Amino acid sequence: MAPPRNRRPGFSRRAQYGLFLGYVVLVAGAAIGAGMLLLSTFNPPAFAVVRGAVSEVTTPIASGLSWVRHGVSDIGSGVSNYFGVVSENARLRKQLADSQTLIERASTLSIENRRLRVLLGVRDREAESVVVARLVASSASSTRRYATLNAGSRQGVQAGQPVRGPAGLVGQIVETSLNTARVLLLIDPESVVPVRRVRDGMPAIVAGRGDGMLDVRSASLASVVFRDGDIFVTSGTGGIFPPNIPVARVAHDARDTALARPTANPDAIDFVLVQKSFLPEAKPTNAPAIGK
Amino acid sequence: MSQGESLPFIQEPIPRSRWLAPLTICAGSLVTALFPAVATFPFLPPSGLLMLLGWRLQRPDAIPVWATALLGLFDDLFSGQPLGSAMLLWSTCVLAIDVLDTRLVWRDYWQDWLLAGGAIGFCLVAGRFLAAPFAAHVDTALLLQIVASCALYPLATRICVWLDPVPEER
Repeated sequence: MAPPRNRRPGFSRRAQYGLFLGYVVLVAGAAIGAGMLLLSTFNPPAFAVVRGAVSEVTTPIASGLSWVRHGVSDIGSGVSNYFGVVSENARLRKQLADSQTLIERASTLSIENRRLRVLLGVRDREAESVVVARLVASSASSTRRYATLNAGSRQGVQAGQPVRGPAGLVGQIVETSLNTARVLLLIDPESVVPVRRVRDGMPAIVAGRGDGMLDVRSASLASVVFRDGDIFVTSGTGGIFPPNIPVARVAHDARDTALARPTANPDAIDFVLVQKSFLPEAKPTNAPAIGK
Repeated sequence: MSQGESLPFIQEPIPRSRWLAPLTICAGSLVTALFPAVATFPFLPPSGLLMLLGWRLQRPDAIPVWATALLGLFDDLFSGQPLGSAMLLWSTCVLAIDVLDTRLVWRDYWQDWLLAGGAIGFCLVAGRFLAAPFAAHVDTALLLQIVASCALYPLATRICVWLDPVPEER
């Protein structure tokens, strides 16, 4: 490669100043970048409005591309389903007969459970759903794991709301614009979810690792044993995630901190469900003075 | 020497790269925002940065120096990194390449590739420490991403040369 032609702009003062000014602006730009970086490190939602505005433009295109991609990837599975349908039918019939007794037992237990709850007077909060939408794009070149949801504040989505798929928890809304929202996925290195073990209700914390897997850490006791296949569901602690959404399945036997696989693969899900925060933040009220 | 410098009163036609370069770099940044998949690890190369390096090393006069900061800001809006990181890192890369250009008078293709590889590695590693906590287990994926991005650099230069071929008389 020949030496660049703009290295010496010649005797023109104007060209010399222009080149120098270019470098001054570049260094100033880098300094502004560093300042913005500091601001967004200490206050992550600082530039949510700007990001939301550009995402309003790109998300419709991404939605179209995502629709095309899902359509194309459905063709293959559709063809293979067509040819596998007879054997699958026989297998499912057998499975149905096998699980019939189990279902009957479970339904009697469910009825009994409901009766006992009424007797106890437990007040249940139902997790209200906000909207069903698609995850259309993600931060695929970054080490952070964000996804873009094609529904926003106009559809009732608000920051902090949990996002779940049919198989389990997917993440949490962090930023919204009018028609799009940004989801912090469960597998992001800064995501933390309070959970409990299905088997015995032991409290734990699930943290993302950044490589698609999760870390399960025991929340209370020391020397906790995690078994391969232990399933963890949200505990409802903290009031953001409704209880009993499947989160993680432990991959190997371990002590204190275990490697786990998320139960929901965000890329394989067609639609996700955004729910209201389980217990919304308490608003300051003008409480009447007690004792007067 | 080009025609315009020997004959100062004849306006040199604005080369195509002058407007194509920023456009293709922005298009590279948009790839991340439009790619229809939900990634579980960083698998896409930083395509905006690849296009920037391709243009900077193939056609040093294609992008005005100051434009790098703006292009970095544009990339930050889509990449998922904290805002300002590409603005800072891309500007640093371009400054470093300019300094090296005064030392290396004549670069060959392999030196270009080495420079690009260094810039890609620097941007991705620094971006990882700016965006993700130190304890995150992203380093294997990051290493693969760096290798893949360096391997894709020749493609970026191909695109640049294809968009703005060198005229015969130069």
